[in-house]
Amino acid sequence: MGAPAAELVNASKRYGEVQALRDVSLIIQPGEVVAMLGPNGAGKTTSISLMLGTRKPTSGTARLFGMSPKDLKARSRIGVMLQESGVPGMLRVEEIVDLFRSYYPAPLPTAAAIKMAGLEEKTRSLVKDLSGGQRQRLYLALALCGNPDALFLDEPTVGMDVEGRRLFLDEIGELAAKGRTVVLTTHYLEEADQLARRIIVIDHGKVIADSTPAEIKARVAGKRMTFSTPSPSDESQLAGLPLKSIQVEGRRVRLLTNEPEQVLRELFRRGVEIHDLEVAGADLEEAFVAMTHREAPQ
Amino acid sequence: MRAAVARPVTAPIWPALVHQTYAEFVKLFRVPAFSVTSIVLPAMFYAFIGLGQAKEPLYRGSTVTFGEYFLASMALYGVANVMVLGFGISIANERGQKQDLLMQSTPLRPIVFFVAKTLSALAIAFMALVVLSLLAVVAGGAHLSAAQWLTLFLRAMVCSLPFVGLGFALGYLAGPNSAPAVTNLIYLPTAFASGLFFPLRLLPQFLQNIAPYLPLYRGAQLVWDAVGAPTEGGSIATAWLYMGAYAVVFFLLALWAYRRDQSRKFN
Repeated sequence: MGAPAAELVNASKRYGEVQALRDVSLIIQPGEVVAMLGPNGAGKTTSISLMLGTRKPTSGTARLFGMSPKDLKARSRIGVMLQESGVPGMLRVEEIVDLFRSYYPAPLPTAAAIKMAGLEEKTRSLVKDLSGGQRQRLYLALALCGNPDALFLDEPTVGMDVEGRRLFLDEIGELAAKGRTVVLTTHYLEEADQLARRIIVIDHGKVIADSTPAEIKARVAGKRMTFSTPSPSDESQLAGLPLKSIQVEGRRVRLLTNEPEQVLRELFRRGVEIHDLEVAGADLEEAFVAMTHREAPQ
Repeated sequence: MRAAVARPVTAPIWPALVHQTYAEFVKLFRVPAFSVTSIVLPAMFYAFIGLGQAKEPLYRGSTVTFGEYFLASMALYGVANVMVLGFGISIANERGQKQDLLMQSTPLRPIVFFVAKTLSALAIAFMALVVLSLLAVVAGGAHLSAAQWLTLFLRAMVCSLPFVGLGFALGYLAGPNSAPAVTNLIYLPTAFASGLFFPLRLLPQFLQNIAPYLPLYRGAQLVWDAVGAPTEGGSIATAWLYMGAYAVVFFLLALWAYRRDQSRKFN
């Protein structure tokens, strides 16, 4: 067996007074597709920075393919998209892709990398003239052009429109299917759910969950019930029911409960007329909120 | 057992250097605020200050004209200008835009980056020399032997190297907003105080006292000597010695500034 693609061993990171990461250990095996989820400032970007060697752990160790993340041999096997990193605006798209290719031992052809990122029409454009979404695609082309074994994507779809995001996720899904390791951080739960087979939830610098999307959802015990009522709903009709949360928007009612059968029985007994009933397992969003908001005041 | 297949584990250094040098050159050249001022400014100063009296002898009985003498002055001014402003401002800007963050996560070797930046600025400096020389010959009637041209170009280019170090240092010390002001504030007065625009004896006494310790003054001795107009500024060997010492000092300063910046950002 080869070394893990990326590894943190008891890694902590402090910026001055701020403890960004506390004693985090995790192993990402080659071929895994991992999403790191968490609120802003939770430590997602710091975790990635340690794995990439752009930040040094205050204590503990980070390794990339079993080597120091600063080792050129390790860096030659990865491609990265980072939040807020800049690119030279006065280069053309094809020029900068061509430049980045020259950093890697076995790069893809320039045109192939640009095509994978969906930027063919902008090949001759200056980088400074790209829109926000196009710039994200350029970052993807730069991440892909070295034909890397592992991709590290920090908030990759920020600034993309719906269509751009869909193309982007398809592309990442294809790469994952070909056996590339993908590590991405995201705010968007549906992205994590759609792409990843493993989700790491980080909050306050600690890993609070690390498992499959299904298992994370299962951590929020209970079911989500949604139904419509013929007239705008009156919350008093729901009084005394064993509910964990209630959302009423006009005629649409959304409930979270551990005992859906009992809730239904009681609703019928009270003579509440309901349509379009759906009962489903709690989704990732609810699981996430339940896990990360447990100590938040609002 | 795919791992058994031999493939290079890192990229070869030379192609990366060629690509990086091209990219750095294009980055500088496509910014008119930089390329036009760098390439045209020395020639413009030559036209304003030098052309009027270009064909007169430098002093009574001299075989060197004022135009030839001032060509040498502006040659040195021009190349050092590219280095100080080119590096100082472009590096400060790139840091401001966090371009170094993306670079840092690629397997780009820092040495490739620095050599490429130096080569690209040398290319711009060479272009500035060519434009200036054409003007001096065509409009200023400068007449140098082939050996003198060669010596002038070589000395000007070599004399630009200490300023590469100074430019790097300023680029890593100054912020993106203050860089243009800081670099000009340092560079322009020293160019005047070194006698590049007006002969030293016309400057205030205290500047005349400081001048021999300025790198541009020592560089000026070398380029003036190249066109056959040596001044009273000591021997050529001494001038080279000073330039070498300045190169060492400025590059050490640049290295310190670079490390300081890196350890702040990437620790």
